Amino acid sequence: MSEAVDLSEFFDTFFDEADELLDAMEQHLLHLDPAAPDMDALAAIFRAAHSIKGGAATFGCFEELTTVTHTLENILDPIRHGDIALQAGMIDLFLETKDVLSAQVAAYRKQAAPDEAAYARICAQLQALAGTTHTAPDDEADWPVRVRIERLAQEDTAAIAHEMGLMGTVLHQVHDDAGWSVWLDTSVRPHDLAAVCCFVVDADQVHVTREPVPGIEAAAVENAPQPWPDAEAPAAAEHAAGQVPDPACAAPGDRSSVQAPRTESETARGGTVKERGTIRVGVEKVDQIINLVGELVITQAMLAQSSQGLDAIVHDRLLGGIEQLDRNARDLQEAVMSIRMVPMDYVFSRFPRVVRESAARLGKKIRLETHGQATELDKSLIERIIDPLTHLVRNSLDHGIERPADREAHGKPPEGVLTLTAQHSGGHVVIEVCDDGAGLNRERILAKAREAGLSVSDATPDEELWPLVFAPGFSTAEQVTDISGRGVGMDVVRRNIQSLGGHIQLFSQVGHGTTTRIVLPLTLAILDGMSVKVGAETFILPLGHVNESLQASADQIRELSAGEQVLHVRGEYLSIVPLHQVFQVPGAETDPARAIAVIVQAEESRFAVLVDQLVGQHQVVVKSLEANYRKVSGISAATILGDGSVALIVDIFALMRQARPVAVAELAT
Amino acid sequence: MNPVHTKSQDDSALDHEFLVFALAQQEYGIDILKVQEIRGYDEHSVTRIANVPSFIKGVTNLRGVIVPVVDLRVRLNLEQVRYDEHTVVIILNIHSRVVGIVVDAVSDVQTLKPAQISAAPQFGSAFAAEYLTGIGTADDRMLILIDIEALMTSRDMALIDHEIEHVS
Repeated sequence: MSEAVDLSEFFDTFFDEADELLDAMEQHLLHLDPAAPDMDALAAIFRAAHSIKGGAATFGCFEELTTVTHTLENILDPIRHGDIALQAGMIDLFLETKDVLSAQVAAYRKQAAPDEAAYARICAQLQALAGTTHTAPDDEADWPVRVRIERLAQEDTAAIAHEMGLMGTVLHQVHDDAGWSVWLDTSVRPHDLAAVCCFVVDADQVHVTREPVPGIEAAAVENAPQPWPDAEAPAAAEHAAGQVPDPACAAPGDRSSVQAPRTESETARGGTVKERGTIRVGVEKVDQIINLVGELVITQAMLAQSSQGLDAIVHDRLLGGIEQLDRNARDLQEAVMSIRMVPMDYVFSRFPRVVRESAARLGKKIRLETHGQATELDKSLIERIIDPLTHLVRNSLDHGIERPADREAHGKPPEGVLTLTAQHSGGHVVIEVCDDGAGLNRERILAKAREAGLSVSDATPDEELWPLVFAPGFSTAEQVTDISGRGVGMDVVRRNIQSLGGHIQLFSQVGHGTTTRIVLPLTLAILDGMSVKVGAETFILPLGHVNESLQASADQIRELSAGEQVLHVRGEYLSIVPLHQVFQVPGAETDPARAIAVIVQAEESRFAVLVDQLVGQHQVVVKSLEANYRKVSGISAATILGDGSVALIVDIFALMRQARPVAVAELAT
Repeated sequence: MNPVHTKSQDDSALDHEFLVFALAQQEYGIDILKVQEIRGYDEHSVTRIANVPSFIKGVTNLRGVIVPVVDLRVRLNLEQVRYDEHTVVIILNIHSRVVGIVVDAVSDVQTLKPAQISAAPQFGSAFAAEYLTGIGTADDRMLILIDIEALMTSRDMALIDHEIEHVS
């Protein structure tokens, strides 16, 4: 369209905005009650469609998006005005339209062409709907404003174009022999537009009309341009001034070829114009700030370290300053970390749709309740929790909650309830997926466990039985559905949660339902760590996994047949993992009785990690090793110490896989 | 991509700048555009990583970014691997990944015209031919020009997680 300006740099912003608008549209659609539609919600849906259309048309290269939103808008408009009654089927079609639009945006984002078939199908469906409900032709009030300037001098074009750009969104412009035309999406009154033009050209050169943009709204083009009815403004020609800009032109109601101003029936752009009090910033910019603040904290630690030996009286002011710097740096770090925090609503908001559709497909009645949507979690965590959580929700929908008839037979209300909860709890976020369905089937799990050769008996308590469903390939679903039950699942969920530094628990009661609890750290960017020395090297153990540390006496160390050693602590035998062996550290203490045993817990297993020395506990800034290098076995990430050197953070789950559980029978007593 | 057209010999716009460094009395050149900066080598600032090839010295902190450090001399099985005041780390930026290479010394930046670059010999170099772009001649100096990007992203360099290694 506008050849002179490269708009592509604004594409991403437009895509982000479109995604947000589509999400909002979906939320409103899901809450719509066909019997008594909320007019505000309808207006919001309409606005979303309109804003996307406007944006897409501005760039001029997202034709499919423009057409679909335009068609949708045409259907929504009479509904919004109450001319047509909303029907339940329409909501489904609108939801489908939203999916097609999302797919289109995703395709454009990847610079790919959107799916032709989906596009054609949804257009046909929408047009069919529009045909049955059609009332009025395209409302010309929704047409953009065309400003046409005759005999515009070449050198003035840029100035005018710039001015018009300030007035609204430029949809299209044409420059030919007869003059120059621009189509604007604007809420500025037409004669004010003309007044602006008068700074550069004569008033009689300016014509302002409402007209569809050629090419985009092809269906409407056949309608002749309609000037505003003559009402207020005096004939402009007699006021003709010279080419010199005349300040008087700016006064509204003064000379202009524009006739009566016409108020916009609907400030359709209201959705985007509204002040939200937020700014959109790229995640990489935030990450850069976090990195820099991390650097600042490290630099501060270096200063503190090197000032330690100074005389407190002589260097009073310096030491005071360093102390204050410490406080400021930590406050700053906390504040910056909070920027990355995103409310859980980001995840929860996608489930109403999942529940609605699954329930319909499965013939179940399910109500979704969510609590704690405002609970905040680090953005990187929240994005990686979506898949596991979706899996758990689908499990509950599919296998947990029974059909209405079965529920009534068990004396339960026919409508099942799925509850999603998020809350903070002591430096962690606890997310629960809870259903009031049938609960886990004890017999089937037992049978499956025996089949897999696991040592279980009828007396095995529930608490030991439930974790078995996390074993790879362990699915007790009677039939495979398209929702879940393919045997991949709970083990993947658990692995995902573990990779986020969290853990997962399962509670179930036959006939009363199942609750899955996910416990996650607040952020992946900072970790409470315990630094330990092994030989000359420093490692960080995640403090969340550390139970206790002790200096073992010789009689607490027992030798197993294969030369393995275990640690006997208060009646419990713990497998020993010497860190120097895992990481091949030279010059480390090899005698378990002289080293320090740090007892750590990963999931259900406890084991002892041997280190030379405990250095201290502190918060460390987690740095990825993979950014420039690769995954290192046994290491989850790295951090930078106060002296500027790099220390590696130990992956406790990787150590756990080395620490074999100790069977009592093996103990050579 | 035009398969018929070979490298133009007369276009001065094709002049290339190379950073020249020394490894065991031999001079090498790498594309200057791949070089981010040059730092002195400090053994204490490099953290060792277990269970990796010996030419990977470990990782270091480059202004808050964790960067792997490779000793090219170990990689090439050179006999004399000394760490002295001339030992430097060339920080490279390859595909927006940052990696450091340890070399004996860095001398200068040399501009070479296409005519000064001849094809790489198929043998007689410490590097496999696939990592060489050619031999550069400037006055009486001979520079072995390395395709540092190909070398650093190669599988046996083990600097990047290659998909296939995930399968296990």
